[in-house]
Amino acid sequence: MFKITERTALTDNEYQIWLEAPRIATKAQPGQFIILRIDEQGERIPLTICEADASAGKLRIIFQVIGKSTAQLAQVKTGMSLLDVVGPLGKPTEIKNYGTVMLVGGGVGIAALFPIVKGLKQAGNRVITIIGAKSKNLLILQEECAKYSDELILVTDDGSLGRKGLVTEAMADVLQREPINQAWAIGPSIMMKFCTKVATQFNVPIYVSLNPIMVDGTGMCGGCRVTIGEKIKFACVDGPEFLGAEVDWDGFIQRMRQYHPEEVTAYQAYQVKQVH
Amino acid sequence: MPKRSYNKTPMREQAPEVRQHNFKEVALGYNLQEGQLEASRCLQCKDAPCILHCPVMIDIPGFIKQIKEDDMEGARKVLNRYTNLPAICGRVCPQEKQCEMVCRLGQSKKFEPVAIGKLERLVADWSLEHPEESIEITHDKGKVAIIGSGPSGLTAAGDLAKLGYEVVVFEALQTAGGVLTYGIPEFRLPKQIVQKEIDQIVAQGVKIETDMVVGKTITMDEIMEDFDACYIGVGAGTPHFMGIPGTDLTGVYASSEYLTRINLMHGYEFPHYDTPLQPAKNVVVIGGGNVAMDSARSAKRLGAETVTVLYRRSQEELPARVEEYHHSVEEDIQYNWLTSPVEYIAGDHGQLVGVKCIRMKLGEPDESGRRRPLPIAGSEFVVPADTAIEAIGQGANRVMLDTFPELATNRWGYVQADENTCATSVPGIFAGGDIVTGAATVILAMGAGKIAAKEIDQYVQNKQVTTTV
Repeated sequence: MFKITERTALTDNEYQIWLEAPRIATKAQPGQFIILRIDEQGERIPLTICEADASAGKLRIIFQVIGKSTAQLAQVKTGMSLLDVVGPLGKPTEIKNYGTVMLVGGGVGIAALFPIVKGLKQAGNRVITIIGAKSKNLLILQEECAKYSDELILVTDDGSLGRKGLVTEAMADVLQREPINQAWAIGPSIMMKFCTKVATQFNVPIYVSLNPIMVDGTGMCGGCRVTIGEKIKFACVDGPEFLGAEVDWDGFIQRMRQYHPEEVTAYQAYQVKQVH
Repeated sequence: MPKRSYNKTPMREQAPEVRQHNFKEVALGYNLQEGQLEASRCLQCKDAPCILHCPVMIDIPGFIKQIKEDDMEGARKVLNRYTNLPAICGRVCPQEKQCEMVCRLGQSKKFEPVAIGKLERLVADWSLEHPEESIEITHDKGKVAIIGSGPSGLTAAGDLAKLGYEVVVFEALQTAGGVLTYGIPEFRLPKQIVQKEIDQIVAQGVKIETDMVVGKTITMDEIMEDFDACYIGVGAGTPHFMGIPGTDLTGVYASSEYLTRINLMHGYEFPHYDTPLQPAKNVVVIGGGNVAMDSARSAKRLGAETVTVLYRRSQEELPARVEEYHHSVEEDIQYNWLTSPVEYIAGDHGQLVGVKCIRMKLGEPDESGRRRPLPIAGSEFVVPADTAIEAIGQGANRVMLDTFPELATNRWGYVQADENTCATSVPGIFAGGDIVTGAATVILAMGAGKIAAKEIDQYVQNKQVTTTV
C-alpha cells in the first residue's frame, strides 16, 4: 500500500499528489514513470514521476482528469493509500551537458518535462524552456521551471499570459535566433508531432516522450508498441523517449484512441455513481 | 472387483453451449467415487515408467493406491513430497506427452492410459478443502531471494521454506502466479485455485513482495548483498510479433496483452473492473499452441460471432494439448490449417477489417524435425476480422537482464544455466524455467525450481562451512 501524503488541485482539472514510495523515490531518474492501480477493481495507468524526494521517500505526481481512473484519483484524500505503485519504469532521459538545450512542454505534459529541465540545468546546460497551455490558469509549474531555466517563455492560446499562440511559434523564433544542440517536447501528441516538424526544419534533434496505452509497463504485453524508424518498439521498456523524427505519428495517434468508446462508458458510469 | 474399464473414467464437463458464454471452469473434476473407479485401473507397476516421465518424479502408483484405498490424507502426503502445485499441474500439464504417454495400461491397444492428471487434481482439490495444520518451521538456514512468482519460482520457494530458509519472492505484477495468473484463463485454471495453492506456500513462511520490478525497483546488487543465494525464474514473457504490414492497427493484439487484460485485469467484467477490451465480432487467432487455444476460447466467451485459428502447419503438428483442441472445436472455434497471415488490412480509421492470408504446403523437415511450411504463390485470400490475436510465442524479457550484464546469456537472450544444477555464470545465482529453456510447460518450470532448491541448499551450506572455517 502506498500512502498519499498530500493532494492539491493545481487547476480546475489538474491535480498534484505526493505519495510514499521509498524504494521508487531512491531510484527514480528524469524521464521515468510509474504505473499505479487505485484499488482492487482498478486498471493500471502510467504517470510520469514529476519529482522524487529520496530522503523523504516520496514521489510527486501531476495528472489531468480525463476519465474514470484519473477522476477517481483526483478524489483521494491525504492519508488514503493506493493499492499498487510500480516503478521507476522506462529508460531515463540521457542527462549530460549538450550545450544549449530547448525544452517544450504543453498542458499537463509540463509535469513530465519539469524533471528533465531540472536535470539538464544541473548538468550544466544553458536551458531554454517554453511552456504553453490554453490559458493562464492552466499553465502549471511556472515557478519551478523558471528556477531551472536560463530563459522561460510562457505561451497561452488565448494570450491571457505570456505570448499568444502556439508553442511551435515560440520555438521557431528561438531556433532562428540561436543554435540549439538538443531539444525535447512533451505534451499532447499533436503538439509533439508539430514540435518535431519545427525542430527538424532547423536540423535540431528533438526527443519526445510518448504516452501510449499501457497495461503492465514492463515489456510483457506489447500494448504500448509504437513504430520507430519502421521498427516495432515497446514504449514502456524501449522508451518512453524517442527521436520525434522517427515516430510514426499517425499510427501512434490512432492507437491512442483505441478504447475511446469504452473510456466514455466507464467515465459516465463513474460520474453517475458519484451523484447517487 | 469390477472388470478394468478400457476407457478413462469420464470427467463431467460444462456443456459447450453453456460454457461458451462464461469463464467458469470447463472440466468439473472427479468425485471420490469416480476417482476410486479410475484409481482401480492402475496396474501398480513396480518399476513405474510414469514416474520417470513426470518432471518432478511424483510417486504416481503410490498416491493412486491411497485413493483406491480411500486414504485421501495419505494420497495428499505422497503428492506433497514431490510437488507444491498439484491442483495446477493436475489441470494444465500435457499428461499425454508425459506420465500418461508411457502408462503401461495405455501401451496395450485396447486400453486408454490411467487418467493420472485428473487423479492428481482430485487429491489436490480435496487437499485445498481439507487444509493441513501448518507445522512451525524455523527459517534460520539462510536467506534466499526468488525473482518471479511463476510456477518455477513458487516451487523453489516452497521447497526452500520446507528446508528451513527465509525466502522472499519478488514479483513485478500486482498478483503472484506468473502465467498461472495472467496467462492461463479461468475456464482452464480457476484463479481461486491458484490463489489457494499460493496461500499454502505463503503459510510455509514464504514472503511474496509484489510490485517489485527487479532491475528497476530493486537492483541485483542489492539482492546479492542481502541474500545468501538467488533464483531467477522470470519466465519468457516478451511477446513476439510477426511484423507483417498493419501490426499497428487497432484491433491487433499480442496474445499476452489480450490474455493479461482478461485474466489479470478482469477485462471480461468491464466496467465493473476498469480495464476495457474492444468488443469483437470476427476474431482471428494466429498460432497453434495452448496460448492460441486460450485466446480463441476467451474471444468466444467475450461474445465473438466467429473465431478462426490460423495455423501454418496441419492439424497433425498442432502443438496445443489435444484436450484443449477438442474443447475448442466443441465451442465452435474454426480452423484454417496450412494458413499464414501476410498483412493486416486497415479500415478508414486505422482499425483492422481483415487479415490477408496465404496457403502453405509442407516441405522437408526442419531442425525441429517438423515439416517446414512453405507459402503457395498466388493463393492469397482475405479473412474478415475486427480483432487479430498473435500467439506466435514469447522471448526473454530484457528489463532485469540488461541491468545485470555479468550474467551470461545465450544467443536467443535466455540465461545460460546448467541443466542439472540450475547454476549460472555468477556464483550463488541460479536460474530455471522459461528464462533458461524458452517458453515451455508449467511442469518443466516446476522441475527446474525443485532442482534449484536442492542445489541452493547445498551451495548455501557449503558456503557457510567455508566461511566458518
